Amino acid sequence: MIDSLATVAFSMLAGSLRVSTPFLFVSLGECLTEKSGRINLGNEGALVLGAMVAYATSYETGNPWLGVFAAALAGLCLGALHGAICSLARVNDVAMGIAFMLAGTGIAFFFGKPYVQPSAPLLPGISFGFWSDSAQVKNALLVSPLFLLGIAAALAMHWCFKSTRAGLRIRIVGDSQDAALALGLPIDRTRFLATAAGSALAGIGGAFLSLYYPGSWNEGLSSGQGLMAVALVVFARWNPINCLYASLLFGAAGALGPSLQTVGVTWGYYLFYATPYVVTLAVLIVTARGGTSLRGMPGQLSIGR
Amino acid sequence: MTRLSGLTRRTVLSGLGAGAATAALPIQPAEAKDLTVGFIYVGPKDDYGYNQAHAEAAAILKKTAGVKIVEEEKVAETDDVSKTMESMIKLDGASLLFPTSFGYFDPYMLKMAAKYKDAQFRHCGGLWTKDKHPMNTGSYFGYIGMGQYLNGIAAAHATKTKKLGFIAAKPIPQVLINVNSFALGARSVDPSIATTVIFTGEWSMPVKEAEASNSLADKGVDVITCHVDGPKVIMETAERRGIFACGYHANQAKLAPKGYLTGAEWNWIAVYNKFIAEAKAGKPIENFVRGGLSDGFIKMSPYGPGLNAAGRKNVDTVKAEIMKGGFSVFKGPLKDNKGNMVVPAGKAFVETAVELESQNYLVEGVLGAIS
Repeated sequence: MIDSLATVAFSMLAGSLRVSTPFLFVSLGECLTEKSGRINLGNEGALVLGAMVAYATSYETGNPWLGVFAAALAGLCLGALHGAICSLARVNDVAMGIAFMLAGTGIAFFFGKPYVQPSAPLLPGISFGFWSDSAQVKNALLVSPLFLLGIAAALAMHWCFKSTRAGLRIRIVGDSQDAALALGLPIDRTRFLATAAGSALAGIGGAFLSLYYPGSWNEGLSSGQGLMAVALVVFARWNPINCLYASLLFGAAGALGPSLQTVGVTWGYYLFYATPYVVTLAVLIVTARGGTSLRGMPGQLSIGR
Repeated sequence: MTRLSGLTRRTVLSGLGAGAATAALPIQPAEAKDLTVGFIYVGPKDDYGYNQAHAEAAAILKKTAGVKIVEEEKVAETDDVSKTMESMIKLDGASLLFPTSFGYFDPYMLKMAAKYKDAQFRHCGGLWTKDKHPMNTGSYFGYIGMGQYLNGIAAAHATKTKKLGFIAAKPIPQVLINVNSFALGARSVDPSIATTVIFTGEWSMPVKEAEASNSLADKGVDVITCHVDGPKVIMETAERRGIFACGYHANQAKLAPKGYLTGAEWNWIAVYNKFIAEAKAGKPIENFVRGGLSDGFIKMSPYGPGLNAAGRKNVDTVKAEIMKGGFSVFKGPLKDNKGNMVVPAGKAFVETAVELESQNYLVEGVLGAIS
């Protein structure tokens, strides 16, 4: 019993290190975009497109890091287009985001066809398990450099929002258009840049999927992780550090289903696969108190106006 | 995929095509005897798995004279497949359809079969029953369980921990037969071997499949096989974890050059050739087609370096036995993993036994549960 519990706990820890990175990048990207007062549901598209571009680039050039760069660039282009179109008058960013989600996945599937079969060089992991003799521990602590990059990005973004002029400007633009106008801040330009940069982050998340874990390109790769990450931002109350915690939690919850089955808890696996969503619901219910349910939400978001 | 009602990619394309053809008069009329055959896949054609196995056969058929092949991939098991079938029949003139995915059968294929009585539908899977379903429908399936039995024997010779893993999509009979056959094959070599099964709940969930592979490897499992649509991620994850893998659907040796032992592969071309020969000869097309290793419906991948000489010899011997015909994997006394007797002593089911197509248990030696 203790043994089984240890196995499950271990699997969840390992799972959270393995699975959380794409959630982290997409939610950070979305957090940045939403802080500027705009929603970009197209980040699912950026994630899938990033995954395809990264894999293709890595295969063609033999350098996975070039793949990561190309994925960020692909995300950037998609986000820039979204940002540019949404700066036009009377364009709904939610509807546009859905269009970009479909466009991004469609483009990725279309150009990704020839790359389903070949094996591209993958990103190497960094081993933190050198102190242990156990192959399991070594494998669990083989951490992707992108995960570390994601943590650094979360910390940097938090610091940026809290203590820098640029972060303050993004927050003003996102919270009050009137204040931004009064201060003479370039609203459209800020949102455009925030959307483009956010999508670039989502693209890097995609590179993680195809170049690290599970480490291959095919059309079912994302299975909606980009959309879930968008929801994570609400869950994380638009705070980059919370995005990190929420992503780790989602990763761990995702590992629960398979690991319970390996230790012999075999009933209700559909239920366990739903844990990430149940956890989200539970946390939202617990933390939502009358009138403060959406605290932290940027005032200019189209869903809140 | 959302579609505007009645306006599908196929309609638009064929509209354009018709326009172009009219413009380029005089046209060469297609030979009247040309047989148009439609293939419908649930996933991408190159998934290293189930869909690829069918698409490879379709690619061979394309070279056959007098046969025109139309294909559509990634068709969901929803009303989408009805639309695809309808447009294949009405616009491409298909008279023989192969909807290859399990969920296409009921109600989509049955509805289309009632509407287009002249078209023939053959579904890949075990769902067709005589008297219950129309005669212009039918089913074909291969007994790949024997292949998984041989996989199990190979796995038993490679494992050091005596723990095997099976990653399965959904607990339906065809999948359960594979899980059970794999476990029985392994236990025919060493009865102390346990097989852990993990159900992912979906035919294609790459991240979950990778998680399941890692979970199994963490628990000490050192040979993995699977029944999901695209085994690519599982094979690659197993190779990265330094454990062995047995393939399924198609040859995945390239994905796991060190750890690939052998694999159970489909050889659909044998089945399709048979159907098409019947259709072209104007004979009635068989409704219920089944075949296994000895009929050429199934083949085994060449052995990988992980399988030792004793293992190869054992697999070869049993394979020769199976090729003679009449071999039973499920023979009594056989208990399920809850201790109930499922096949009484003295009784044996050959692979063609219809009873097996409603299998709803996991045999002794499998760790896992169906619901």
